[in-house]
Amino acid sequence: MKHLLEVNGIHTCFMMDGKKVRAVDGVSFHLDRGEIVGVVGESGSGKSVTMMSVLQLVGAPGFVESGTVYLDGEEKNLLEYDGNSEKMRSVRGGRIGMIFQEPMTSLNPVLTIGYQIQENIMKHLDMDRQQAKERTIEMLRMVKIPDAEQRFDYYPQQFSGGMRQRIMIAMAMSAKPDILIADEATTALDVTTQAQLLEMIRSIAKETNTAVILVTHNLGIVARFAERIYVMYSGSVVETAGTRDIFKHSEHPYTRSLLRAIPRLDDPRDRILIPIEGLPPNPALRPDYCPFYDRCEYRKPECAKRNKPELEKVGEEHYSACWLTREELRQKEIEIQNTPRKAAPQKNIGSEKVLEVKNVRKYFPVLKGIMKRKIGEVKAIEEITFDLHKGETMGIVGESGCGKTTMARCIMRVYRPEEGEIKFSGVDIAQMKDKELQPYRSRIAMIFQDPFSSLDPRQTAGSIVAESLLINKSCKTKEELNRRVDELFTLVGLDPGLKDRVPHEFSGGQRQRLGIARALSSDPDVIICDEPISALDVSIQAQIINLLEELQAKLGVSYLFIAHDLAVVKHISDRVLVMYLGRVVEIADAQQLYANPMHPYTEALLAAVPEADPDVEEGKAAVPISGEVPSILNRPQGCPFHDRCSKASERCRKEVPKLMDKGDGHMVACFLYQ
Amino acid sequence: MEKENTVVQERKEAGYSRREKAVKFFRVLFKRKLVLISAVGLVLIVLMAIFAPLVAPYDPNVQSLMDALKTPSSQYLLGTDNYGRDILSRIIYGARVSLIVGVLAVGIACAIGTFFGMLAGFFGGIVDDVINRISEAIRSIPQIVLAMALCAVFGGGIINLSIILGISNMAVYIRMMRGQVLSIKETDYVMAAKLQGNKSLRLMFKHVLPNCISPIIVQMTLQVGQTILSEAGLSFLGLGISAPTASWGSIVSDGRVYLMQNPFFALAPGVCIALLVIFLNTVGDGVRDALDPRMRGRL
Amino acid sequence: MGRFILKRIGQTLIVLFIVSVFIFLLVSFLPGDPVYAMLGGEITQETYDRWYLELGLDKPLILRYLSWISKAVTGDFGMSASQHKEVVAVLAERVPVTIYLSLLSFFISIPLGILFGIISAVNRGKLLDSVLTTFANVCCCLPQFFLSVLFLYLFSIKLHLLPSFGFVWPWEDLQKSLLQTIMPLLCLTIGGIASICRQTRSSMLEVIGQDYIRTAKSKGLAQNRIIFVHAMKNALIPVITLMGLRLGGLIGGSMFVESVFNIPGMGTLLVMAIQAQDIPLIQACVLLIAVVACVVNIITDIVYAAVDPRIKV
Repeated sequence: MKHLLEVNGIHTCFMMDGKKVRAVDGVSFHLDRGEIVGVVGESGSGKSVTMMSVLQLVGAPGFVESGTVYLDGEEKNLLEYDGNSEKMRSVRGGRIGMIFQEPMTSLNPVLTIGYQIQENIMKHLDMDRQQAKERTIEMLRMVKIPDAEQRFDYYPQQFSGGMRQRIMIAMAMSAKPDILIADEATTALDVTTQAQLLEMIRSIAKETNTAVILVTHNLGIVARFAERIYVMYSGSVVETAGTRDIFKHSEHPYTRSLLRAIPRLDDPRDRILIPIEGLPPNPALRPDYCPFYDRCEYRKPECAKRNKPELEKVGEEHYSACWLTREELRQKEIEIQNTPRKAAPQKNIGSEKVLEVKNVRKYFPVLKGIMKRKIGEVKAIEEITFDLHKGETMGIVGESGCGKTTMARCIMRVYRPEEGEIKFSGVDIAQMKDKELQPYRSRIAMIFQDPFSSLDPRQTAGSIVAESLLINKSCKTKEELNRRVDELFTLVGLDPGLKDRVPHEFSGGQRQRLGIARALSSDPDVIICDEPISALDVSIQAQIINLLEELQAKLGVSYLFIAHDLAVVKHISDRVLVMYLGRVVEIADAQQLYANPMHPYTEALLAAVPEADPDVEEGKAAVPISGEVPSILNRPQGCPFHDRCSKASERCRKEVPKLMDKGDGHMVACFLYQ
Repeated sequence: MEKENTVVQERKEAGYSRREKAVKFFRVLFKRKLVLISAVGLVLIVLMAIFAPLVAPYDPNVQSLMDALKTPSSQYLLGTDNYGRDILSRIIYGARVSLIVGVLAVGIACAIGTFFGMLAGFFGGIVDDVINRISEAIRSIPQIVLAMALCAVFGGGIINLSIILGISNMAVYIRMMRGQVLSIKETDYVMAAKLQGNKSLRLMFKHVLPNCISPIIVQMTLQVGQTILSEAGLSFLGLGISAPTASWGSIVSDGRVYLMQNPFFALAPGVCIALLVIFLNTVGDGVRDALDPRMRGRL
Repeated sequence: MGRFILKRIGQTLIVLFIVSVFIFLLVSFLPGDPVYAMLGGEITQETYDRWYLELGLDKPLILRYLSWISKAVTGDFGMSASQHKEVVAVLAERVPVTIYLSLLSFFISIPLGILFGIISAVNRGKLLDSVLTTFANVCCCLPQFFLSVLFLYLFSIKLHLLPSFGFVWPWEDLQKSLLQTIMPLLCLTIGGIASICRQTRSSMLEVIGQDYIRTAKSKGLAQNRIIFVHAMKNALIPVITLMGLRLGGLIGGSMFVESVFNIPGMGTLLVMAIQAQDIPLIQACVLLIAVVACVVNIITDIVYAAVDPRIKV
């Protein structure tokens, strides 16, 4: 055997309503010692299930139907052993360690973290309790848990998400495994934490010559960290090659389409995203032919008449599963390049300001005791100042806890700010009472992050969209109302015939369209988009981004676009506002901010974002930021960023820098520029 | 052209319709044989109660002392009681009492409980505190003891008993509804509705309430059984339904003295109570499981 | 922790205050004149007047409540008319019996219930699970009085194995006491085992589906270790609540078993008091049961906080 791990033809099924549904449909891959391999795919592509199948962790109603798993040093196919056999248990944890997606729930809440790591060491390494404890502390130090010795007896809930994921890494690596599988291990974390952790996994892996499998949906992560990549779609590997080949010379239509659909940090201003139309097939209804056929731009009618394509060699270490020959692909590519695309929607930014926010503060009281005595305040946001022009998009970025959502809610007047002005077309609504606010409610709307929780499950799609029309009595007759609802449906690309369905009958992307239609229904001047695409799959994201851009061009509405994905923010925004711990640290033109970030935090943030381009990634240095975003409850004195900033001076520890204009409307709050 | 394509696509993608969902729900529900059997049994008992005069072989209250304490025979299928009344007929009529009290009491408990729970959850503050403490106080007295005390004061009878059992059961609904309202209130869709300018009342009735109901319904189906047990218990102690009205609990109580002469006198109504409650609980559990895919755990 | 306990005690006192007001008001809703209700209709005007003043019926409600509660706190509930004794004396006789039976049943049902629940959850979907859950489901639905009558019929009347009624303390006559307690104890315990078994099973299944159990499996731990170290501790936390409820309920719910087997406990006392409209006795019984339930509640919460590291106190 020449590889460390060889997996062949894994088929994994789930029993759903008495039918066999194949989640993994014949996946093969291999891994060498010390190598970092990426497995990318959208949700439901079967990437996680494949890994669970290798370790026999798939629980009822799922089971591995067939396939072989050979691990270097083991005689037999691992799948021949029972899932609970001594052999499999020594492989799991001992030779293959695994880290899961959810840091908040992956550690047992009633056992100390020390115990949980120690247990793993004692199971797989021949150590007694004391030795295992020493190794545990050593591992905790390795993943940079401060005061490792004391923290041994802490419970998981005493750590932040990032810390918990470090503990998971320590645990997975504690038994000196040959392979580490990181299943979306950093997806739930902030960008800077994510970068630090992946950086750490890489350096530990290289030091110990451990092979790593990075399972993720994020093309940027694999571009930065992986050496070889498997692209999965609907339960199959569709393409595999070295990282550079995947990004620079991708062969499979899916990979190519995917790369055209994602925004990148170095995009020119007018780049158009080309979404992949439609949805991945439901595994239960997957056709016998190529699963990507229905969405493929390159397809030929013959594709539908043949079986599912197998991986074929198309280059050095480069395999692709497509029936089309390279020549056919090349011709089709030219055709696609030449089809006229819709030009980037024309923006019309007016000079009038629709929204002026000045010096807004929002504190939350900390209450205690039966009498609900106020014992302190959480300073959620402070001194927020910015303005928004008609037809403009202002992107708002920052990590979790930076106050983006609080700010949005202040502007929506869900909260009443303690201080400051929120001028809406010149009228200050900051302190208005509910009644006075009524006329302004319809002029400012919101699109929510989660398309599953933001639509009332008991209302039909039609009545969700019609609601504000009814409340504002903007339609005189029933016919007019119906017509207007139909209009809104068509505007966001939904069939008005779906009006009578309830939200759960729609897909995620469709639901988000419904949310947009609802926001548009009152004909608002400003729409606050609170992470509107972060819950969607990559191929769907582009559809929604394009829709938002088109609508803006058509209706002249202004957006406040809140997101943590910096590439998306840059793509859609005219100006970008960066927040850190409740304060604005920088506001600038989108292009300028990315080309010339001034605040050290912005700089660090931009460096931390992995980009789907190995060339760009190679040129990047390691993340210049340490630590995690502190809790808003113990915000440091002075500049909120000073304790993570490499350029902090004595002054930064004492004074809070004010936001200052450095020319061209580039505002920054940092003493380096004063 | 392009638009049309996506529209066709969307139609194809949209999931199950409401009707299909209902069909699927019942398929899942009745897939378990036990649930199906229980549902059939439950329907039979209800029919028996409704058509009691047609089904019962005798008038349940006519005494014939000549025939007192007969063992089962072809004339009296389950024998007679100490007054010579046909036990089978009394059991058939007794089903009415159990079902009426069970349903009525749960209805009352649910109506009052959800109302106060809603108030507590929606307004919070002092209203919440007061309602909470009162519901805690109600919960601190064991339900049967509370019902007994209330019976002592207000007396038995079907209507009184229903109200009393309703009141002593309402705390559960207060707590559940309050929790539901509090969590639903925080959802994005309620905030969205609020931001569109909905007034509080409309918000409450259009968006919050309809989404609170399903766990309440599950709780209700499970509680009918418990209430029937309480009613039988109170009647057994002589505090609930008074003579001569036939109630399963009181028949057991009367019959336990005559276990030697005719064991069916006491045991048959007891079996009936157990069966009815088992049917109700099985169906209730089934409904809960069919509604909640989370319950399908794995190892 | 100290603060937490104090806070819970404070809350409980408020609840008990509401309960006492409620119990007191309840009596003033009693139909008919309280004096006649107590002493019967055939008394002289003189006796009537004396009792009228004695009961304080000439004073406003709130004063009557205050005088009642201030006495009640010191244990003085007045005279029981039906028993012709101080209420406290009656209670002192009856309460220990009920507590003895309840605690016995409690400590038998917990380990058995948890054991069956875990066995059932681990063997989910297999025959053993089906048998256990069916059994538990049926037992939960059996009314205690029916169970008692059934056992009475089977073991006393048909098989002549066990005495059909009575109660003696074990130190008075060990053998008799054992034989007499078997049936009542069985009736009290079966329901408890069944409900704890059900709760343990469902909370075990819930825990087994959690991410951290998957983590434990990915470490290659043995099945037993996963179940008894990783799953059980989490699964038992919700069971604690149920245990508290059971204990409170046992003491307040023993009247069925007591009345079938003729055991002189608090349950039969309450039934008797209600039938005799013996107001002071009813008040004392209900208040006592509420106090016990509240104390059990506090203990449950403290145990809960001690066991679950997620709760910060």
